[in-house]
Amino acid sequence: MTQKNSAWQRVLNARKTDRPKALDLIPYLFDEFFELSGDRAYGDDKAIVSGLAFFEGIPVTVLAQSKGRNLEENMACHFGMAHPEGYRKAMRLAKQAEKFNRPIVCIVDTAGAFPGKGAEERGQAEAIASSLKLFSSIKVPVITFVLSEGGSGGALALSVADRLYMLENAIYSILSPEGFASILWKDESRAQEAAELMECTAYDLYAKGIIDKIIMEPTEGFENNKSFVITAMKNEIRNDLSALRKLKTSTLLDQRYKKFRDIGVKI
Amino acid sequence: MNTQFYKRKERLNLFQKLFTKVDKTDLKNTQDSTPLMCPSCNTPISQYDLKVHLSVCPNCNFHFSLGVQERIAQLVDEKSFKELYRSAKSNKINDFPEYQKKIAKAQDSTGLQEAVTTGIAEINGKTVALAIMDARFIMGSMGQIVGEKITRLIEVADKKKYPLIILSASGGARMQEGILSLFQMSKTASALARFDEHGGLYISVLTHPTTGGVSASFAMLGDIIIAEPKALIGFAGRRVIEKTMNEQLPEAFQKSEFLLEKGFIDAIVHRKDLKTTLSNLILMHKVSS
Repeated sequence: MTQKNSAWQRVLNARKTDRPKALDLIPYLFDEFFELSGDRAYGDDKAIVSGLAFFEGIPVTVLAQSKGRNLEENMACHFGMAHPEGYRKAMRLAKQAEKFNRPIVCIVDTAGAFPGKGAEERGQAEAIASSLKLFSSIKVPVITFVLSEGGSGGALALSVADRLYMLENAIYSILSPEGFASILWKDESRAQEAAELMECTAYDLYAKGIIDKIIMEPTEGFENNKSFVITAMKNEIRNDLSALRKLKTSTLLDQRYKKFRDIGVKI
Repeated sequence: MNTQFYKRKERLNLFQKLFTKVDKTDLKNTQDSTPLMCPSCNTPISQYDLKVHLSVCPNCNFHFSLGVQERIAQLVDEKSFKELYRSAKSNKINDFPEYQKKIAKAQDSTGLQEAVTTGIAEINGKTVALAIMDARFIMGSMGQIVGEKITRLIEVADKKKYPLIILSASGGARMQEGILSLFQMSKTASALARFDEHGGLYISVLTHPTTGGVSASFAMLGDIIIAEPKALIGFAGRRVIEKTMNEQLPEAFQKSEFLLEKGFIDAIVHRKDLKTTLSNLILMHKVSS
């Protein structure tokens, strides 16, 4: 695979306002999507849209990080940055999916978990930690697509999956290029420089063995040809469901463990 | 009755041990040096006073960060600590600008190879798998070696049926190792899920500071979570939150006492009681060797 764009160009692509969001894709990827809400403890977080649907006749649970398509939606979903109740809703529905033996499809698209007073008071760290732990051992297939932005622990919480994909112009990083520049050089305006250093593109993550495959985007841009990407995503979901649903639960879990166990250097 | 007696005896022993440890040359050295300011109450404390008080501020009870060596001396039975994976280093792990220099400098100033020290030790005669993070080593940040050492330790605890104790002190995932640092969070959490499923006991001790990717992974996943008094514990940094909220946060925000009130930790335990507490908790789970 070739990589023509600079990392910064991809950051800009990933953040384009007209780039399709989870809510734009769900009706095309699935049939009869029925939204399920709330964490049963505190509230409902619009930064994670979740529910039940059919994928080509197979019932699935959908957990999608959702950025708004206009200011009003963005105010409601905090620009796609989830609070603890969002992660707890996802965990509740993951356990439900396990109970009814439904595969899970996740969409990741967030700059990060919400950094705020309420989020801290309600245990943001605990919510993310528990998600990581839960998804590592949930007994149904989990498939995750990183749509545009995969920011920090907030994105990781929905990334512990049997198959992890990134769209060609998506980025995935330990923190935003601005945050990185601000910590490293105390200068947010050097974000572009930071992006090049950070190895945050789909190509970088593929080279490091973190993601399984890059979902290619059309030359005219994702926003101008949605169906190109939707077809590719559906092909992966179809193949994966067919392969993963055949596996014994213990094999599925062993493979998932190994996948995440093997990331990074060994001693 | 027995536990009470045991507790007092243990405390007495600990103090005796500490007093005998402060030998004359040491005393001279520390008396000469300038006093430290307590970051919590701004009271000057002589280094000698700090040492005698287990690195706890005698005025406000703030628990200073402890180096690994001091922590081992306070927490485990004498000469019982056997280090594992000491040779694992992050030198030459990548060519991120200035990173190698930073590692070498941290190694030089701390005498450690990495931000976490892992090993097997005994606490009042009970064998445990123990990880101790040191905030002096690049903010105690978690890179690939830290994640790998912790995961390996969890796997050893799982195999040998040892209780697992991790003392966290970290600013989060290590920036210089980028995305691979981030995925150490899922790696350690996955290993803990297995350990949990097999019935292992994990006690997480949060010390000053435990934030970011470490608090959002293994640190918050203990069967029992204990914090030292007044430790900074949270996910997002205070400055980031203040910027998003556009308001000042209260002083007590993200401190141990705040987390206890909000229901995210089980207890706050003073450093002088930590060994006895851990030893009792292990007894209550009957999982020791």
